Amino acid sequence: MFDDFFTRALVAGIGIAIITGPLGCLVIWRRLSYFGDTLAHSALLGVTLAYAFSLNIAFSVFIISAVIALLLLNLQKRTRLAGDSLLGLLAHSTLAIGLVLMGFLSSIRFDIMGLLFGDILAVTVEDIALVWIGGFIIIGILYFIWKSLFSATVNYDLALAEGMKPNIYNMIFTLLLAGVIALSIKMIGTLLITGLLIIPAAASRNITNNPKQMVFVAILIGILSVTIGLFTSLELNTSSGPSIIVIAIILFIISLIPLELRGKLQK
Amino acid sequence: MSSKNNLLVNLENAGVYKSPKWLIKGVSLEVRRGQIVTLIGPNGSGKTTTAKMVLSILEPDEGSMKRYTDKIAYVPQKINIDWTMPLRVVDFMRLTNNLSNNEVSESLNQTGVEKLFKEQIHGLSGGEFQRVLLARAIAKKPELLVLDEPVQGVDFNGEIDLYNIIKNISANLNCGILLVSHDLHFVMSATDHVVCLNGHICCSGKPSTVIKDKAYIELFGEHRSKTLTYYQHDHDHTHNSDGSVSS
Repeated sequence: MFDDFFTRALVAGIGIAIITGPLGCLVIWRRLSYFGDTLAHSALLGVTLAYAFSLNIAFSVFIISAVIALLLLNLQKRTRLAGDSLLGLLAHSTLAIGLVLMGFLSSIRFDIMGLLFGDILAVTVEDIALVWIGGFIIIGILYFIWKSLFSATVNYDLALAEGMKPNIYNMIFTLLLAGVIALSIKMIGTLLITGLLIIPAAASRNITNNPKQMVFVAILIGILSVTIGLFTSLELNTSSGPSIIVIAIILFIISLIPLELRGKLQK
Repeated sequence: MSSKNNLLVNLENAGVYKSPKWLIKGVSLEVRRGQIVTLIGPNGSGKTTTAKMVLSILEPDEGSMKRYTDKIAYVPQKINIDWTMPLRVVDFMRLTNNLSNNEVSESLNQTGVEKLFKEQIHGLSGGEFQRVLLARAIAKKPELLVLDEPVQGVDFNGEIDLYNIIKNISANLNCGILLVSHDLHFVMSATDHVVCLNGHICCSGKPSTVIKDKAYIELFGEHRSKTLTYYQHDHDHTHNSDGSVSS
């Protein structure tokens, strides 16, 4: 079944869309889109280290992302610089360190384009296993902590006061986010993963009216983007990662139409 | 009422420091079951800070806070829900609590907004939202209820309504209520214990004692503090000594 490279790409891509749906919703609810970007930038450092010490790429990216997340929490306690400044600082310093280290490893050939934009068509059966098992774990954890995480997203103080322990669950959420970036970096690439997190969730918001609906529709839009995007890239011979994001943004534009129509009808 | 079992929360000489000053210092108070304790004081006097200590949102930097229940419900002073989050009233009601549709309706009914069940939170008026906030807190059947300015943005009749509901909650649920309010009428007529704050405790005690306290009169003005004791209605205007309205 997985002999065909295209089937492998499709199965892996759909797996990723299922994980990015709910996490993407949380990212936009919590205004963390730039945080996702920062983790994705730092992933390049993770990849470099993986090559340097012959580690599994997903594992190494996950560790680096987790370290970055903890560093951010620590920096926030030490300085009053705004969150976006700290994120920019972390994003670009890790990106630069990653690139400098890459220079030392001249014996290894890096596929920079692959890192930045992903190469979903080079997905192996092991990658599929990683995505689906990892995804299963991430979704499972998310399911169990959803109530606490969600209440903390709506109002942190309220969740804290009513015993939902939001501090612990925020930390776990950050690790899950690091996890999804680690799982998808090979297929979507560091530059585009935030797109797959945010765009389906944003499109979903335009056409839904409650949180659960928004999560499920975000997953559906993600799956549609991956499926149509991959077929398009096969037909038109375009890169797979960007094709998926282009389809996602087209779906986003379509999601705006009902709003426009509603506006006109009301007038 | 003096039995230890009824004690829900106890602040002792508690203070919160936020560089470069103490937000509040030396607060001692107790809330017991079936009791309404009210915090009054001008803006920035530390009412919300004190409430947040009771809720463990803020740790006291000096003194201590001891709480004897985990069944807590909170109505915050301000709550902003971004449009990005699609949220119906019913979803909000279930935020920290698993409730059946019936339980949700019942609580909304108590604050007079059962018709808003499926409405989007973003479309509610300020007053409607306050009623939903209060309904959510009631639905939790808490032992300790902390209300921070629960009637803000509610119209005149609604205010009386809500205060009656609050009075009933403490009786029906036999819970303790810590109320932050600037509505001196309600405070003086319906609460058991008043704590008057201004960075520290100016005075505290039964409403009838507090209104005679010099510190209280100084803080709220002689004229107003007197008027309020017998004249119970909205205070968006003041009265001359003959009862006519002065704006």
